[in-house]
Amino acid sequence: MAEIMLQAQPLLRSLYRLQWEEAQQAWVLLYPEGMVRLNGPAAEILKRCNGTTKVAVLVDDLERAFSATGLQDDVHEFLNEAASRGWIEFAE
Amino acid sequence: MAGSNLPNERSRPGPPLWLLAELTYRCPLHCVYCSNPLDFAKVEDELSTEDWKRVFREARALGAVQLGFSGGEPMVREDLPLLVAEAHGLGFYTNLITSGVGLNEARIGELKAAGLDHIQVSFQDSTKEVNDFLSSTRTFDLKLKVARLVKNQGYPMVLNVVLSRLNIDHIDKIIEMAVALDADFLELANTQYYGWAYLNRDHLLPSRAQIDRAERVTNAYRAKLGGRMKMFFVVPDYYADRPKACMNGWGSVFLNIAPDGLALPCQAARMLPGLTFPNVREAGVREVWYESPAFNAYRGEDWMREPCRSCPERTKDFGGCRCQAYMLTGEAANADPVCVLSPNHGRVTEVVERAQTAQVVAARPLVFRERAASARLIPH
Repeated sequence: MAEIMLQAQPLLRSLYRLQWEEAQQAWVLLYPEGMVRLNGPAAEILKRCNGTTKVAVLVDDLERAFSATGLQDDVHEFLNEAASRGWIEFAE
Repeated sequence: MAGSNLPNERSRPGPPLWLLAELTYRCPLHCVYCSNPLDFAKVEDELSTEDWKRVFREARALGAVQLGFSGGEPMVREDLPLLVAEAHGLGFYTNLITSGVGLNEARIGELKAAGLDHIQVSFQDSTKEVNDFLSSTRTFDLKLKVARLVKNQGYPMVLNVVLSRLNIDHIDKIIEMAVALDADFLELANTQYYGWAYLNRDHLLPSRAQIDRAERVTNAYRAKLGGRMKMFFVVPDYYADRPKACMNGWGSVFLNIAPDGLALPCQAARMLPGLTFPNVREAGVREVWYESPAFNAYRGEDWMREPCRSCPERTKDFGGCRCQAYMLTGEAANADPVCVLSPNHGRVTEVVERAQTAQVVAARPLVFRERAASARLIPH
């Protein structure tokens, strides 16, 4: 499972739009007649779900950008959650 | 105490996240359950393109994110693509709520190019006969065509079917129609009793057996279809034992602008007596939302009466719907009588009891939403 995930290329589904909301001082995910307010890490992950970046590269990129290590499990957990909510899909 | 109905700093409302632009009350359909005001015929002077653009800019500046284009039928406004483009440019998520009438391949393409994010198409039934009867039009075949066009443009397909006594027994066929159209979402929304639906209530309110069966059938299809099509089933308020958190609270997130510029906390509030709703022709959106006495009237909890005032659930449902409270008890500040804790709950059970018979017992024949009928219903 972990192996498949690392090669997968998550993509934010076209129904959803990620944008910064000045009034809320937060990133939000917009979809038909609804909105989810995202925390910082969730937004950073979703920004990178462009359908071409592999999960392994995404994790490396985040770790570099935030000078952190060991983010892989958290990223996997979030991507699974995002997929089950229908926010993202995986291109192989 | 002066200004006692103004919210204090602690309860200062957030922005109007949801802006519903009722562009027009004109509509080619005549649905018997329409939620537009009964006296819509008196509204003739619609906001101009520039008025709407200004409203969008001001609402967006306050933090509004969702914009619904509704009506009436929003497609009858020739300037719709211009309005969509303006809204899209401002960063709104744009939703078109349409009967499908007036949409064709060229117009969908035009709206898509303008940045329209989402289209919801309504059907009245899965059969041509009932669809066309309930809307008093011949539109069923056209709707099927439009639904496919929407999908072909790459939009997710969101079908909305308003349920009532007159079509709820077709629930399995309605779901199968949605599957055949490859819908992504299906809203099975029972009629709520406002506007024309209130007038026609005795004809429209299903029996408990009808609702129970419809829910069973919907659940069976959910199990069968897996995640392929998401279905939302909404029961009529009259069959709930607690009220809905109407609009997530009065003046909390939802701002409705009527075709004539009247700013309302919901589509139905225009009828409430004793409130002077502001008009966006005369006031900016910020003033309307934060300052107007009408938007502050039922914010917070100070206005509540018992049993709401001391109820632990008041923070969850905000006492339900002010319009329903007014229609059924004569006082908007009363608890929504849908609640079994309301001393007026009998007004609901009385209506529900009448609906349990096979034969409709109604004081008047079904009234279709027509301009002439509306003109007759304008209070003098």
